[in-house]
Amino acid sequence: MTLSQDASLAETGGGSAAPGLGAHPAARRRLRKRAKGALNYLGTMPFLVYVGVFLFWPTYLVVSGAFQNNHGHASLANIRQVGTGNHLHALWETIQLSLGTAIAGAILGGLLAWAIAEGNPNGVFRRMLLSMSGVLAQFGGVMLAFAFLATYGYTGLVTKLLQTAFKLSPFSTANWIYTLFGLGVVYTFFQIPLMVLIFLPSLDGLQPQWREASDNLGGGLWAYWRHVAGPILAPSFVGAWLLLFVNSFSAYATAASLLSQGSPITPLEIRQYIESELSVNTGLAKSLAFTMVVVVIIVMTLYALVQRRAAKWKVK
Amino acid sequence: MRKYAPSGGRRTWGRILFRWVVLICVGGYLLLPLLSMAEFSTRGAGWSRNFDAWKHIWTTDPLLPGAIELSLELAALTVVGMLFLLAPTMVWVQLRAPKMRRIVEFISLLPLTIPAIVIVVGLAPVYRHLSPLIGQSPLVLAFIYLVLVLPYAFRSIDASLRSIDVETLAEAARGLGASWPQVFFRIVVPNIRQGLLSAAVLSIALVLGEFTISSLLAYDTLQVEVNQLGLTNAAVSVAVALAALVFGFVLLFIVSSVGGGRRRRKQVALPAEGGSNQ
Repeated sequence: MTLSQDASLAETGGGSAAPGLGAHPAARRRLRKRAKGALNYLGTMPFLVYVGVFLFWPTYLVVSGAFQNNHGHASLANIRQVGTGNHLHALWETIQLSLGTAIAGAILGGLLAWAIAEGNPNGVFRRMLLSMSGVLAQFGGVMLAFAFLATYGYTGLVTKLLQTAFKLSPFSTANWIYTLFGLGVVYTFFQIPLMVLIFLPSLDGLQPQWREASDNLGGGLWAYWRHVAGPILAPSFVGAWLLLFVNSFSAYATAASLLSQGSPITPLEIRQYIESELSVNTGLAKSLAFTMVVVVIIVMTLYALVQRRAAKWKVK
Repeated sequence: MRKYAPSGGRRTWGRILFRWVVLICVGGYLLLPLLSMAEFSTRGAGWSRNFDAWKHIWTTDPLLPGAIELSLELAALTVVGMLFLLAPTMVWVQLRAPKMRRIVEFISLLPLTIPAIVIVVGLAPVYRHLSPLIGQSPLVLAFIYLVLVLPYAFRSIDASLRSIDVETLAEAARGLGASWPQVFFRIVVPNIRQGLLSAAVLSIALVLGEFTISSLLAYDTLQVEVNQLGLTNAAVSVAVALAALVFGFVLLFIVSSVGGGRRRRKQVALPAEGGSNQ
């Protein structure tokens, strides 16, 4: 019970008094109570105003701007343009990239999370792996692009080793890093650790008793994963996969750093249109951004549905 | 209380072997780039080693120290803003307006799903409108950074708030005659300092790694400058990048070690769900 509820309980005694008389003690009390209730909500105003200005206003400008032409009149021209040629192609590439890296990240990250869950839950090793995952998944950005170039770039470590080992010519081995596949490899650097962070709690939630029960009933490794752990983990796994999709879909820094020119994916297209801000088409940037929001909303809705199933087996 | 075998069952040789294969292969995939950065930034002629790039971090690029300073200032401002806006609101909601809890939670987690690249498109006009009010110094970035760190800060503080009984503590303090500010600063804050600490650290790490918004609004933060440096001096930029990653790792590792005590190890949030800085 909270304090405010407490206060209101104390005052319900005067509820039946005649209304309309400002001087009447009960009415005054009720007024004070209402003022207090308003005060309680007022306490959250600074926060609400702040996010209103710095989160909802920009988002509103994107959404409303998507449906205007460059003179500020209502128009579908920019939205229509998103559905054509290069823009549609870039959107499709972004979706493919996100699907691919989310699958790779979910599988590899899921395995790594399992390997971590097998170890001592309070061990230094686990905490080190988790800290590393946190850094790579969330704070990497530009630095991951550099890491990728230092590894697989023209003079990267792996490229150099391969060249020394197989006597390949310097420029025959590193072209792939600037393709969509290369982008996928570098995105996987942050997808795997993110999967670890998201999925580990679900693995930790697997009760040892379930495994013991399965063993006692004569179930082997396969039976346990097929009939017990698999079905329990499936919703969290799918949910995590959806989050990875969104993560890759909205990623910008790594790709921007790696590809300083050209815009094979939607986020980089947006860059192209806002960097030349005054001259060309900000309306198109907003339409592209709006398209991204739509995709994210669809995926997050699916996520919310999946989450509901995942919550079923959560042990409190 | 379970111990070493979280998914239960016998720990067969096959299982132990498979675990190590996974750790080495997947962990190796993640570690290889970091090792390559170390190798790349210490590369001399041929296969020889030298540390020139590391020695020249401060001298190669005259703009880099300023960019680092800016990012550190932004990190500090963001943390201060987080402590003075989000933390009091969360405590207030818990004590005085419980009906608002879901709303505050929903809003706080929202920035995870709205891509930074989308926010930045709408942000330029907002900053233009507000510039008479807040000026145009690069430090105004802290306003939007505070929004970006909301989800991470919320989770950390929320975990801490849930682990104590704030209502009872506050009632007791009020009953003994404490004012609301006293309740907040002398009762609640000391009890959730772990959550505040990890919220602060996550915010710092996030701000130091932020690129999308600062680069598109043309402010010269650490990441923007490192990216620029990459075009002219690859070795030094890789050295700076590796240093920044290691710094982030150390920060997170310290928080995970200091934190949580015996009670709630699992909840000392290393952040989950939704990366933000890629």
